[in-house]
Amino acid sequence: MNSISQYRIRRKEVLGPGLKLMDVEAPEIAAKGRPGQFIILRTYENGERIPLTIADLDSIEGIVTIIFQEVGRSTNDLGEMEAGEFLEDFVGPLGQPSEIKKFGTIVCVGGGVGVAPIYPITRALHQAGNKIISIIGARNAGQLILEDEMWQISDELLVVSDDGSIGEKALVTVPLQRILEREKIDRVVAIGPLVMMKAVSEVTKPYAVPTIVSLNPIMVDGTGMCGACRVEVGGETKFACVDGPEFDGHKVEWKLAQQRSRMFLSQEKEACEHGGGRCGCQK
Amino acid sequence: MRMPEINYVREAMPAQDPAERVCNFTEVALGYDKETAVKEAQRCLNCKKAPCKEGCPVEIDIPAFIEMLKKEDFSGAIGKIKEKNNLAAICGRVCPQESQCEKYCVLGKKGDAVAIGRLERFAADYEMQQGTGQVAHPATSSGHKVAIVGSGPSGLTVAADLCQMGHQVTVFEALHTPGGVLVYGIPEFRLPKEIVRREIEGIEKMGVNIRTNMVIGKVYTLDELLNSGYDAIFVGTGAGLPYFMNIPGENLNGVYSSNEFLTRSNLMKAYKFSDYITPIAIGEKVAVIGGGNVAMDSARTALRLGAHEVYIVYRRTEKEMPARWEEVEHAHEEGVQFYFLTSPTAILGNEDGWITGMNCLRYELGEPDSSGRRRPVPIKGSDFLLPVDTVVMAIGQGPNPLVPETTPDMETNRWGNIIADDATGKTTKTAVFAGGDIVTGAATVILAMGAGKKSARAIDEYLKGL
Repeated sequence: MNSISQYRIRRKEVLGPGLKLMDVEAPEIAAKGRPGQFIILRTYENGERIPLTIADLDSIEGIVTIIFQEVGRSTNDLGEMEAGEFLEDFVGPLGQPSEIKKFGTIVCVGGGVGVAPIYPITRALHQAGNKIISIIGARNAGQLILEDEMWQISDELLVVSDDGSIGEKALVTVPLQRILEREKIDRVVAIGPLVMMKAVSEVTKPYAVPTIVSLNPIMVDGTGMCGACRVEVGGETKFACVDGPEFDGHKVEWKLAQQRSRMFLSQEKEACEHGGGRCGCQK
Repeated sequence: MRMPEINYVREAMPAQDPAERVCNFTEVALGYDKETAVKEAQRCLNCKKAPCKEGCPVEIDIPAFIEMLKKEDFSGAIGKIKEKNNLAAICGRVCPQESQCEKYCVLGKKGDAVAIGRLERFAADYEMQQGTGQVAHPATSSGHKVAIVGSGPSGLTVAADLCQMGHQVTVFEALHTPGGVLVYGIPEFRLPKEIVRREIEGIEKMGVNIRTNMVIGKVYTLDELLNSGYDAIFVGTGAGLPYFMNIPGENLNGVYSSNEFLTRSNLMKAYKFSDYITPIAIGEKVAVIGGGNVAMDSARTALRLGAHEVYIVYRRTEKEMPARWEEVEHAHEEGVQFYFLTSPTAILGNEDGWITGMNCLRYELGEPDSSGRRRPVPIKGSDFLLPVDTVVMAIGQGPNPLVPETTPDMETNRWGNIIADDATGKTTKTAVFAGGDIVTGAATVILAMGAGKKSARAIDEYLKGL
């Protein structure tokens, strides 16, 4: 269908158990994309449209980097693809870019695979002259990604893990609270699981620090056409794909976001079983 | 010589049995065979004035193609249609002929109008089955490049016409499959996707280049397209913005926009779940809100996906429903239940955020409103609970804002529709034309194609003047 042969996986790297990085050849998206935006891909003709926030862009090489965790049938299928293979579809850049300017001192919080999208945002904020304090966390040392990269663009880097196998044994909110007590923070950007972003927003609220979160709800087209990605922010319904994905964390209706993320749980499980149950749904 | 006797009764359309078809997604209306088509064609009086032609937005020479059918010149017939319409197999299926060409048929005054749509479909299908499709050869290259944004009915029409005129055409489609509403919106049982694919293939063979996965407004703005060597642009991005009612509970799990519901089933093939990975969750009792074709499509899709009971909830009466009569009849036959003069006031849910029911209010018809239809007025104290676990909002779609938002010098009206000249599709931005639902608001496939035809001529004129 497309005249230009594209969407080739140039490089694949296994970052940890079930955590993978791919450099995908998509020159037009690489040229136009900005930190905070996302792409949608399909692995093969019968596949789902998978939205993934951009982990890095190289406009010279024409590369868009994605990092994903294998959490279900579709991400498993993606994880099985190898360098040199072609993705069926790769579309973007979608959504609004992050607001990048000099705010002052910014805390950038990344949890799990959420460290991937926080990285290009942090780098852009660093380049814009902000003082950057980064907090990155994972379940354990093996799951922690981009530590070196984050260290290079942060004035201060704090690492936490659930089991204490790397950094402090704590949730990201523990060092965040300490920092908020210690100095004046002008902005917090947090990307990770819903529970983490919710907790971060709750911690920053009493300090009235503007807190930006990036939501990744269920989507289909990603162009504002279907409304599957509805979220409530400040009492208003928004479409995360075109209005977001970033929103004011203090205004997000978290319970609803969590409920909506479970809308297709039983079907997702079924799809996994058809795919051999590698995603762990049969545990 | 005695005039042949006038036959006022049209040939019936063979269709799948309702009890059978609610269990499958294959096409409901099966189409005429050769004999039936010729018999139906013979009903045409071949009127000198041919009022039917005036009812066709794409100006097909209707009596001419029907005359050819009478003589069993089937390839001649489709050739005649294709002079004006490159999507005949689609139009023969989804055009509301009863309010267009057939509405003006002289026979319709005393009996049934000639089944022009069914004959169009027959001619197109016959060609596809025979594989005799001729690829029209474009005029010599003009050296001009045109970008078409959106590969729905209007975009494809403009693309094919401009290509024929010798211009180099590239169509940019946001989704992974071209066709717009023809692939994401209209269900398989009404318009098989293989038909759409083959019609689009025909346009590609003509020389039109289609690029999927290109979201204009994001990957390129219109200005970037113009600066990169395109001499003109046609915007046909459609009615890609779902409307909700703004009632409590609309974000509960189990509430879909019709766009989401149909896109999951049609484009992503969730009805073949397990072969395809995209899921769709369907409950036992489904309420579809609205009375248009999209509402009928949603209700009939829900039945086929396994819902036990499906209700159409519409605030006016059957008479005011904008859906085609044929669609309403099919829905009735398949067991869709209708709640007329009813509208939801709230959707109720449980602790986990799933729908448990819908509060509704009964209405009565009052004075006519601006649309000329009698305005529904709520009846006090008439509220009742409809126990449902899935709700599909099919109350209309607005214009998708991605292109207008990134094109500040192209004016839109207060609903976000692009302002374009009726006769030419010219927008307020130089070199940019627009047509179809993005201009008119949600309408029909054929009106979008009609707008496309006009724009193609206007773009050709514009390019000649460069």
